[in-house]
Amino acid sequence: MIEQLILTVIMTSIPLIFAASGELIAERSGVLNLGVEGMMLMGAVAAFAVAMGTGSPLLGMFAGAFAGALTAGIFAFFTLGLATNQVATGLALTIFGTGLSGLVGAPLVGQAIDGLAQVHLPLLADIPFLGTLLFQHDILAYLAVIMVALCAWVLSATRVGLILRAVGDNHESAHALGYSVLSVRLLAVIFGGMMAGLGGAYLPLVLTPHWAEGMTAGRGWIALALVVFASWRPWRVLGGALVFGGITIMQLAGQARGWTIPSQFLSMLPYLATIIVLVLISRNREFALANSPACLGRIFHAGK
Amino acid sequence: MPAFFVDIGVGLKSFAIIKSLSMLFLSRVISFASPQLCLYPLPVDYGRWPLIATHPLEAFMKARPRLRTSKDTAKKTGAAPAGDQMPLLNASGVIKRFGDFIANDNVSFSIYEGEIHALLGENGAGKSTFVKMVYGLMQPDAGVFEWRGKPVKITGPQHARDMGIGMVFQHFSLFQALTVAENIQLALPAGESLSSLSDRVRIMSAEYGIGVDPDARIHNLSVGQQQRVEIMRCLLQDPSLLIMDEPTSVLTPQEADQLFDVLRRFSNSGVAILFISHKLDEIRALTSRATVLRRGINVGTVNTDTRSARQLAEMMVGETVADVVRKTAPADDDILLEISNLSRPRSTQFSTPLRNISLQARRGEILAIAGIAGNGQDELMEALIGEWRDANNGIMVIEGLDITHAGPTARRNAGISFVPEERNGHAAVPAMSLADNNLLTSHSLAGAVKKGIIDNNAMRQAADDVTTAFDVRLPNENPLASALSGGNLQKFVVGREIAKSPKVLIISQPTWGVDVGAAMFIRSAMLKLAAKGSAVVMISQDLEEVFMIAHRIAVLYDGHLSAAMDVTGLTAEKVGLLMGGIAASKGAEA
Repeated sequence: MIEQLILTVIMTSIPLIFAASGELIAERSGVLNLGVEGMMLMGAVAAFAVAMGTGSPLLGMFAGAFAGALTAGIFAFFTLGLATNQVATGLALTIFGTGLSGLVGAPLVGQAIDGLAQVHLPLLADIPFLGTLLFQHDILAYLAVIMVALCAWVLSATRVGLILRAVGDNHESAHALGYSVLSVRLLAVIFGGMMAGLGGAYLPLVLTPHWAEGMTAGRGWIALALVVFASWRPWRVLGGALVFGGITIMQLAGQARGWTIPSQFLSMLPYLATIIVLVLISRNREFALANSPACLGRIFHAGK
Repeated sequence: MPAFFVDIGVGLKSFAIIKSLSMLFLSRVISFASPQLCLYPLPVDYGRWPLIATHPLEAFMKARPRLRTSKDTAKKTGAAPAGDQMPLLNASGVIKRFGDFIANDNVSFSIYEGEIHALLGENGAGKSTFVKMVYGLMQPDAGVFEWRGKPVKITGPQHARDMGIGMVFQHFSLFQALTVAENIQLALPAGESLSSLSDRVRIMSAEYGIGVDPDARIHNLSVGQQQRVEIMRCLLQDPSLLIMDEPTSVLTPQEADQLFDVLRRFSNSGVAILFISHKLDEIRALTSRATVLRRGINVGTVNTDTRSARQLAEMMVGETVADVVRKTAPADDDILLEISNLSRPRSTQFSTPLRNISLQARRGEILAIAGIAGNGQDELMEALIGEWRDANNGIMVIEGLDITHAGPTARRNAGISFVPEERNGHAAVPAMSLADNNLLTSHSLAGAVKKGIIDNNAMRQAADDVTTAFDVRLPNENPLASALSGGNLQKFVVGREIAKSPKVLIISQPTWGVDVGAAMFIRSAMLKLAAKGSAVVMISQDLEEVFMIAHRIAVLYDGHLSAAMDVTGLTAEKVGLLMGGIAASKGAEA
């Protein structure tokens, strides 16, 4: 029973890990993309449609990543190419993604597919308790952890990561040193979209093997909150996703058991936690300066 | 519609709130004060740095991995080039346009190996545009650059660095959230690991006393340390041409003097230095030749030792510069404004606490508060305006009326006027018209507002009076504040306050970033106000300005304010030492 519960929590947190670590990279480069929910939905519908059409959930996974990246490309075209306001464009992207995925997915409602197969890691999967929890997952779940490790390593230990952080910290200086601010941001935004697409793809490919309109149910927004909650550090995204995933599951478990706490209260907990973290961050200026990207949301005009 | 905003302002009666509202419209302007031009070179004999025998940078210079051999050129520091020598960099007929505006109009220029060459001009004369093209940040619309005799198109900063051009920016181009080593690494070619670079920086730093920890994050460093990081970053690239954009604007006179020594040694090793400034005494002390830009046109390249500072100033401005007349301050002790024991705790890690500040402003005088930026000027100005108040801290009295607890509006009603340092967003709301801006600081006084209703005609008339009296040149009939140039807007915000004939005018960095003509106008306006029987408290980093117009000078260092000293018999050296925190106790006794 407890095993099952923890397993559900882990699975719930996977889409959050994808979407949040992708958004983290975009935000570290200075771009605030509020369209995560829209990109996840596009990823989800593309993954489902391709998996159904081809019968291959693996191809569906790639389609999800591609659709997410493509949606992010629209955002990049406007915010980087045409220097539109990032907040407004991001909100528009969410609305756009919600609508378009509903339209494209309308004929898919009620269909079912085979989800991604579980990959049991040899030996490790046989460990009692831990084996079931950690080593009997699908390929996407393993990939999520690998991506977090990759993001953490790239950010802290590579020149690419240094340039990315530099662009997010002070785009004028980065430009003055000869780095292409817009190219760095374009790649970061596309990567963020790809990750959001993968997070979205996890929903129909693993969690619930069918398509429903708006099936992300606010996970994109939780992922955005998670980035702040994790104070822009990749490994904290992993921990935060488990906490937020746990809260989500508590809602369901609580309802099933007739808890007296209203489920609305539980569903607002992630946001409440984020606000508390924001307050803590802003109280400590040293921490804020060292972690939050100073150019977040600011538009860069080259040649000014 | 603008009037609606003003009504909100009237209702709130709080300049601070208006300020924060206005921030919505603003892009933040970095407010490193840049000191102004000196028309009267003082007999400045800056003291030697008494504590450190060798300047850290000088030590660092010796440690440079490979110094360029200077061959037969430039044996003497900044030697004027021989006629047949090939210039290191030659620009001919460079033109740069921004829309209809011509920032650089047919500029020709050359610099030789081992030469320290000044690029001189007022704000907006096109200096920055020119060096940005040299550094590859912008491309010229016409004209040719030649590097060591060969035509070259400088495609970007990376290309410029590869060629051997380094640049130290006026506003530091450091990354605040990154460490010193990471900042340096970003400017060097890829390949060296961070740990090996950190070791190099650490070894040099320890061995030569540069005092910069490679693992320190930039936002924890002082301004002086940040500049050292910036210069170190440049020198590590081993440039042949070093461009320095107003490097002394954040330094004490002593620090600046030390920097000059380093630059001279640097040029002796064959490196050309292009030094941008509008401080004429610096240019005459450091450089042998100066190229003067005026409104984008090269007005001439001259030997600096054959021209007086005044002649250079007139080349920059293009007209005769008027004198200011300082009347001797009245001998009586008619104190208008008195502040006793004002203390203010540190509000953030980066602010300076105010420590027991007392000052008295007397009728008919200009009291200058000198000091390097970041020693408590901003905090003091907030306390003087009343944006920051504390129930139990310090007493502020104007003509016997206690205004310790009064807000900005009440203080204005008591006869004080304020001109904060930042024109855009603090002194003026850029997205509002001049008339609205005028009303923002006078709504509580008699005139344009009657029973809460704005009299539009009176409001416009009041603004027109200011623009006429203070020679504010308007780009069109009813411009927004943001449409005015820096000098004109400053004349307007100063004029707006002086027009109210305040008993006390409190003004911060009155001529920051303002061209020389406007600066002289503002200074003489302050002197006239004092002569009519008001007191002026002027916070200024510009030592020349302080000596030019102040009657008494107090120095703010690390939140301490020295006693005010009579300007007669006071030397720049002494004030400079106080600004550097040295002999503060002696200063207090004086």
